[in-house]
Amino acid sequence: MIPNATDLPVLKPFRLASPLPGGERSEREAFRVRGFPRSHKFVIPSPRPSPLRAEGHGALRIGPAYFLFLTSALLLAVGIGQAAAAPAAPSIIATLIKWTPLLAQGFALNIAMSFIAMTIGTALGFALGLALISLHRPVRGVAWFLTEFFRNAPWLVLLFYCMLLLPFELRIGDTIIPLPGWMKSTLGLSLAVMANVAELVRGAVNSIPFGQWEAAEALAFSRMQTLRMVILPQCIKRMTPPWMNLYAILTVGTPLASVVGVSEAMTLTGDILAAENRSELLVPMYLYLLLWFFIYCYPIARFTVSLERRFQVR
Amino acid sequence: MPAWTPDQPLIRIRDVHLSFGAVQVLNGISLDVMKGDVICIIGPSGAGKSTLLRCVNALVPIDRGSILVEGQEVHDAKLDKLALRRKVGMVFQQYNLFPHRTALDNVMMAPIHVLKRPRGEVEQEARALMRKVRLEGKEGSYPGELSGGQQQRVAIARSLAMQPDVMLFDEVTAALDPETVKEVLVTIRELAEEGMTCMIVTHEMGFAREIADEIYFTDRGVVVEHGPPAEFFAHSRDPRTRQFLSQIL
Repeated sequence: MIPNATDLPVLKPFRLASPLPGGERSEREAFRVRGFPRSHKFVIPSPRPSPLRAEGHGALRIGPAYFLFLTSALLLAVGIGQAAAAPAAPSIIATLIKWTPLLAQGFALNIAMSFIAMTIGTALGFALGLALISLHRPVRGVAWFLTEFFRNAPWLVLLFYCMLLLPFELRIGDTIIPLPGWMKSTLGLSLAVMANVAELVRGAVNSIPFGQWEAAEALAFSRMQTLRMVILPQCIKRMTPPWMNLYAILTVGTPLASVVGVSEAMTLTGDILAAENRSELLVPMYLYLLLWFFIYCYPIARFTVSLERRFQVR
Repeated sequence: MPAWTPDQPLIRIRDVHLSFGAVQVLNGISLDVMKGDVICIIGPSGAGKSTLLRCVNALVPIDRGSILVEGQEVHDAKLDKLALRRKVGMVFQQYNLFPHRTALDNVMMAPIHVLKRPRGEVEQEARALMRKVRLEGKEGSYPGELSGGQQQRVAIARSLAMQPDVMLFDEVTAALDPETVKEVLVTIRELAEEGMTCMIVTHEMGFAREIADEIYFTDRGVVVEHGPPAEFFAHSRDPRTRQFLSQIL
């Protein structure tokens, strides 16, 4: 192995971390800050845990301990596999390295899908979230239904629907937009993102103290102006950590597309295993794939935690 | 309806009723505020004082009765609420500054975006207002960096930037540390001396006595008794008023 491998930026927090697992430590610090608010008066009184925070802390809290576990599991699997392998077969490490370019290609598709799904989902979700807080009851009702429907639907079901119901190309006027399978499943994922972002927007708007609305109203702002200039700017800040968390979850969820036949990293791993036809490769190969996802998502998770901490101090 | 003239009350409240569910908050309250007058509304908590102020600028709709501001019925469905709120400034107990904008931005936002006035002109006035509330040098500070008293003075400047005809103060010192109460009261007194019409809900009896032209004592949604401060504090007639005053003086 390369001796300087740990100088990769993604691994730096791991090296610098105290004996305590990083995730726990930062949560403790956050708690300390929350428990003893500074004495300035503009603390927002929100004793009830906001839906944002619950979600922000709930999912995908990955730390260095997990990395350690993953690497040792990989090494162990490589060792065991090697012991079980036929003496003439090439070493497992060499096989992993040999397939790395192909795997990277598949992984790039996963990242592209996560980016596109997040972009589309966020744009739609923002609109849907605003509809959730609309003053018009019918608008609110429809928005509520869409949000609940897509938020509670299993992602795989959404993927299947998009795969089966969407045409293979879209015709708008004279231009033809092809809709390959990976694009269709990306649309399926973005529906789930949309519903989750809508809920984030609604939760963030509701977490802004009522006094802000009142003050803006008393200054003759219209409702739209209040939303645009007073409420939403404050929401963006609160939404960023859970939004990034959602992105990490989405990225980890992109291998679902392998079930509907998109050749992303998961599908390719299966193909590689079929091509090699060596049973001792099975465990190391999938662990290797896990490691890829970890290395991509870990910095995001760390950054989310540090953002959460910073926003809580405010 | 005849046009409003300055010899009529600037605010005329008649027999206003309002209930939140089963709770009767305002129970036929009536009072007049002439232009340039400073009135203080006192009374036990739950008397409906803050609610009354919110009714005057249509933040809270009333069930019955009438509120005229410069001859305009506030609770008319056709009322231009934005026009009303340009005339009526309001300052809140919790300041409610916009925490994502600097103090100066807080003052400038409404004139620029609501009144659509040119930025340069508004900025000049806003800086003058910051000087007026003695916060020169704090223009670039965010609300979170200011003390409660400073925030409340920014809130006053923000409200004044709309050049209102009347200012409503809703227990503006109730959330402040004792040492910063005075600086806010001084600011309000200066405004009153300049002839600003003010409706003040307060628990600061000393301040009310000193500043008010007329004191209204309210309890359970009605005006129990009112009069000029000297008379009111020395010769209150109603037993409820006397009991209230004996508790807090």
